[in-house]
Amino acid sequence: MKTTRSIVVMLLVLALVLTGCGSGASNESGASGNEFRLNLSTEPPSLDPAQATDQISFTIINAIYEGLTRIDENGDVQPAVAEKWNVSEDGKTYTFTIRSDAKWSNGDAITAHDFEYAWKRALDPELVPEPSQYSYQLYYIEGAEAYNTGEGSVDAVAIKAQDDHTLVVTLVTPTIFFESLLSTSIYFPVHQSVKENEAFAAAADTMITNGPFKMTEWKRNTSIVLEPSDQYYARDEIKFAKVSFTVVNDSSSELNMYQTGKLDFAGMPTGSLPTDQFASLKEKYGEEFHIKGTASLSYYLINTTAAPFTNTKIRQALSLAVNRKDLTEKVTLGGQIPAYGIVPPGIKGANDEYRNEVKDDYFQEDVEQAKQLLAEGLAEEGLTEMPSFRLTFNTNDLNQKVAEAIADMWSNNLGINAQVGNEEWGVFLDNRTAMNYEVARAGWGADYNDPISFIGLFTSKSGNNNTGFASAEYDELVNKVDQSSDLAERVKLMAEAEKLFVATHSVIPLYYASNIYMMKPEVKGVYVDYKGDIVFTRGYYEQQ
Amino acid sequence: MLIRYVIEKILYMLLSLFVLASATFFLMKAIPGNPFQGEKNIPPAIKQKLLEKYGFDQPLFVQYGNYIGNLLKLDFGTSMKQQYVTVESVIKNGFAYSLQLGVLAIIVSVVIGVLLGLIAALNHRKFLDGFTIFIAVLGVSIPNFVIASALVYLFGVQLRWFNVTGLNEPSDYVLPVIALSFLPTAFIARLTRSSMLEVLSADFIKTARSKGLSGGVILFKHALRNGIMPVVTYVGPMTANIITGSVIVEQIFGIGGLGKDFVDSITNRDYTLIMGLTLFYAVILMLARLITDIAYGFIDPRIKLIRGKGGA
Repeated sequence: MKTTRSIVVMLLVLALVLTGCGSGASNESGASGNEFRLNLSTEPPSLDPAQATDQISFTIINAIYEGLTRIDENGDVQPAVAEKWNVSEDGKTYTFTIRSDAKWSNGDAITAHDFEYAWKRALDPELVPEPSQYSYQLYYIEGAEAYNTGEGSVDAVAIKAQDDHTLVVTLVTPTIFFESLLSTSIYFPVHQSVKENEAFAAAADTMITNGPFKMTEWKRNTSIVLEPSDQYYARDEIKFAKVSFTVVNDSSSELNMYQTGKLDFAGMPTGSLPTDQFASLKEKYGEEFHIKGTASLSYYLINTTAAPFTNTKIRQALSLAVNRKDLTEKVTLGGQIPAYGIVPPGIKGANDEYRNEVKDDYFQEDVEQAKQLLAEGLAEEGLTEMPSFRLTFNTNDLNQKVAEAIADMWSNNLGINAQVGNEEWGVFLDNRTAMNYEVARAGWGADYNDPISFIGLFTSKSGNNNTGFASAEYDELVNKVDQSSDLAERVKLMAEAEKLFVATHSVIPLYYASNIYMMKPEVKGVYVDYKGDIVFTRGYYEQQ
Repeated sequence: MLIRYVIEKILYMLLSLFVLASATFFLMKAIPGNPFQGEKNIPPAIKQKLLEKYGFDQPLFVQYGNYIGNLLKLDFGTSMKQQYVTVESVIKNGFAYSLQLGVLAIIVSVVIGVLLGLIAALNHRKFLDGFTIFIAVLGVSIPNFVIASALVYLFGVQLRWFNVTGLNEPSDYVLPVIALSFLPTAFIARLTRSSMLEVLSADFIKTARSKGLSGGVILFKHALRNGIMPVVTYVGPMTANIITGSVIVEQIFGIGGLGKDFVDSITNRDYTLIMGLTLFYAVILMLARLITDIAYGFIDPRIKLIRGKGGA
């Protein structure tokens, strides 16, 4: 009919118009000028160095601010805003000399007063908009904890700017890793004008920063653009003309963007790549596909206060019956390393990495021994068979796969029934903290480059213990570590503590985690450090 | 009278919003978790300070009273997760994107849906009819994120005809709008088809034909006006569908719209944002219904909006 024909023609014309305006898609492949493009999975909640708590915020803050020290590619501490420093005999007093050419992005000189101001600000219990959640990282400084918890005055906090270029800090105990801590966000300086504008960190034009880059654009939920700061003392070391971030939450979309030349970097820590495509991506992209071990541990917590997990042999049986090699090679597929201890590789020991100096050969997987231990443990508890229990984790593809694989191993190897269950993040955290679980997933990343960052987790007063494990001997060992400034002695004590703890099998170490990302081969000088943070400040494009 | 009708509807809307705000508030507080949750636990002293600062340590009814009080002043507060970002600004920024996509999707759905339905009705029991039904069934059964992913893969990654993410150029709108409008188009096509089939066999159409009016005039001026009623009814649920569908589509296409904010706010337990967005969505949906009801009156004079005294 005539009418039908005309309608059909209308539709076809419409379709043609659409495809016509479509092929105007901008098609850049590879490096676009001298711009480094990445993606963020979410908006950074806060770019105030004292308020930031997540890795996305840290990525940006680490580029636009700089602390007294910074960490290089090898995990070693390098001078940054502090050109040199010395430590007193007892290891507790540090005297820093601030570089004379260090400037804020508005041209003001950076002084020791800025650091004193910033650190005391981070400890301020009345800080707006909220008291800092990472203030406890400053508790190594004398008087800090008292001030922060409202028990002491700010004048008793042992941070003093003796003059514009000299900063003196006194610690509670000698803290070997203090220099490493100084490179983290909570220790960054803040321009004193923030007193007048509490929302200074909420927009690009109100931020006065001191790092190699400054923020030139921030469109919420859409993009963030950084450009080199001309006031930075090492301006000529900065090669990128621009670093820009999109905000896309979907891992498949991020991969699509990388493949169509919209991104020069894709994956962790700022974004994510689809886990089920790792194997094929590795094959297809070779060198462009990176797997970097990070100092972070993935493990299962066992509620040692809930029967029958009160019995060490039963816990040990669970740990021995997990095949970690299969887990990392066939399930997680991210190049993770099986873990038998609680301190990951990449963390410094006395002269070498801690994990090289102290082997994590605390136990070996052994199904036969596991069966026997289980039988003995059950007998001790007066049980004839292992009751079924919950294995919980927060909702996430990878966590699900891992849990199902492990439940399967336990079922096949020990004949026990673990009920795998995911819980929403908030619910999961609540349950875990309240010890309302039997076996639950956990993960921990290094806050700073020292094994105590992990070993300190399981003291009886640690807020992140969550297992019910408490040992006076362990606490004492950790205390001794805190008091010592002798590297070798510390390592020896920590090894003892780790051995003690692992022997109780209060947790089941699974694997040391890895960062998976893709980066265009022309990009050089950009790396992911031991913590899993991305460092791009000295990156550049290789002219080919 | 139309004015009376609209005022009455608005009063009901306000009542519904109040009930919704209260229900959301209490449900939200009932969920375990809090805005300060994280893998690394905060020291108890700090957590206490945070709770005090936001008034979470006060009895629930006090918090509720404060909240309703602020609402009446149209103060939606600040996001608890993104510092110094007011709920208002989140809505303004996000809605700009979501609105553009939503309106385009609605227009596309209605226009193409109706056209497809017409083709089917006019070719009843012939090939084009069956073909249109087939497309309609596909549209209704395939989830929009599957369609979105397929479109991105085929036209974005493989053929490189469109950008895979973002809303920076006009061509960026094509794929997300198609993904969003797939289901509504299919639904409208079916509605139009069945409604038109009924109308086209009515007496007054035969009269029009015997009067010698052309096919086009009969179709668009007389038949369609009657047959379009079910489609108008569908506008309400369609708006809802497009709003909820936009969550996934915005995620896949990396568009900073409200859908993403909404889902994130719940995961983050960002109480102020959750409340603000829920109420905002409710207002949108209620307005869509209101417009639909008013449109009825204009399209079909047989429908009286107010009960009571007669009158044409």
